Amino acid sequence: MADTENTYEVAVIGAGPAGLAAASEAAAGGAHTVLIDAAGQFGGQYWRHADEQSSSEDPAVWHHGWKTYTGLASAVDDAISAGKLQYLPASHVIAAEAGSPFSLSIAPVPESQPEHQGLTQIRAHTVVLCPGAYDRQLPVPGWTLPGVMAAGGIQAFIKTQGISPGQRVVLGGTGPFLLSAAASVLQAGAEVAAICESSDLTGWVPRGVSAALVPSKGKEGAEYIALLARHRVPYFRRRAVVAIHGDQRATAVSTARLNRDGKALPGTERIIEDVDLVGLGWGFVPQSELVVQLGAQMFRDADGSLVAEVDKDQQSSVPGLYLAGEITGVAGATAAVAEGRIAGRQVAGLRGGGRPPRSSADIKDRVLRRNHRLFAQAMHRAHPLPQQWPEWLTDETVICRCEEVPWQKTKEAIDSLSAEEPRGLKGATRIGMGWCQGRMCGQAADCLASSDSADVAQAVARRGPAIPVSLRALAGESGRESS
Amino acid sequence: MTAGEFRTVTVTVDGRRVTTEAGRTVAATLMLAEDRLHWRETRFAGKGRGLFCGIGVCFDCLVTVDGQPSLRACLVQVAEGMSIETEPMDG
Repeated sequence: MADTENTYEVAVIGAGPAGLAAASEAAAGGAHTVLIDAAGQFGGQYWRHADEQSSSEDPAVWHHGWKTYTGLASAVDDAISAGKLQYLPASHVIAAEAGSPFSLSIAPVPESQPEHQGLTQIRAHTVVLCPGAYDRQLPVPGWTLPGVMAAGGIQAFIKTQGISPGQRVVLGGTGPFLLSAAASVLQAGAEVAAICESSDLTGWVPRGVSAALVPSKGKEGAEYIALLARHRVPYFRRRAVVAIHGDQRATAVSTARLNRDGKALPGTERIIEDVDLVGLGWGFVPQSELVVQLGAQMFRDADGSLVAEVDKDQQSSVPGLYLAGEITGVAGATAAVAEGRIAGRQVAGLRGGGRPPRSSADIKDRVLRRNHRLFAQAMHRAHPLPQQWPEWLTDETVICRCEEVPWQKTKEAIDSLSAEEPRGLKGATRIGMGWCQGRMCGQAADCLASSDSADVAQAVARRGPAIPVSLRALAGESGRESS
Repeated sequence: MTAGEFRTVTVTVDGRRVTTEAGRTVAATLMLAEDRLHWRETRFAGKGRGLFCGIGVCFDCLVTVDGQPSLRACLVQVAEGMSIETEPMDG
């Protein structure tokens, strides 16, 4: 097990904006680095793009900051060619143990590596964890109908397939990402029938100074607004998709104006007909299971997300564990790249024992990080989750998609079993016990629990293996050498 | 390859031959070439499910590929001769 071949100075987990930045800097600094990623090619969710082997289309048309991506990707490719960096694609870190060195258990992702079985163990003296995030969901009547997708899932489909998965789309939820998803739909030639933003956006006004700090975000926002105006897309504030209708598939939605607490106002309901795709997104959930496993100190961010504490060099409360990107607070790709670079330089620079020198590039990244974090805090405060969203539910509304637990049963559990924290709810109802392990209903379970402490969110995020792994994979002998 | 050209790939879906573009995911193939929005039935209510999260997190889109069950259709790329099995439902 302790063979040096499987021991690295630095392990970077995740090849999205933060991970690519961290890996390129760590390798450039001379550290013997391994980059582990679940996908088959670089990019993460933000820069997810068509299969490079079969597509002739330039992915740049679907992306912001594509030049940043190509710069990072070629730096990482060069490091791989030079033998400074080992890249393990289609590989999922399912368990991590802190120590010196850290120990990581890696499973092949069966969708990309069906021929491989079994776990690989690697060791690393420092770990830079860049796990990214996925769409945050709130249950709504009809959200399990085919034709309802996560807003990010719609965009991922367009970015990889070059075509919209629906022709007349309604987007609902909160946050500027709805605009980004709408822009992708329009660009793919489909219609956006409405965007329902639950916030009234007045939260932005007194904090305009934060937006002025990040001109790139302002420019991106202005582009979206111009595109939506050109296509005459109806954009509603303080309105939500409160029900989705259809028999075998989504065909219509009900929207309603919300009061300040997020309750649907009687008499304001409108039906949008002839819809073939509904996209829902309520912000993002940072993937926290490995951080929880490793025992790093966490807290609730302004958007309610469970995120990890880091110091000015991106180091967590666990010595040697560095974190970059959404796991330190959902703040977008530019912040993630800055954090990844800071972490990568730091872990490479520390190898000699001394403090790494502060370069002008590093100082620039620290300013970028500060400004984008301030912007993100303002954004989160301007886009709160509607507190009274359970008022939209009917008794039959499915809360947990995997275990098909209806709202009626959930309510009974909350009332009679005093299951006031998510783990209690889990035991009483099987909420969060299915395939996705609470990733889709976790926000709902978290909201329905009575306490808002980070402990409750951590209970939701505490999972066995970080992804469901087949028993065959767990039992199988090591199917692959990592070098 | 120049822009606009693409290679085709032939797979089978529940025994039927289906031609799609290289680079498509199994989910996109079912949706675009087969016009299906759902291909799995839930255990209890028997409801149809298809693509939801689209990025491998929700496990709603599971299919059997080349005999291997419970794979996420959003993550599997089609390959020549691939056998895809769904849980066919009415509608």
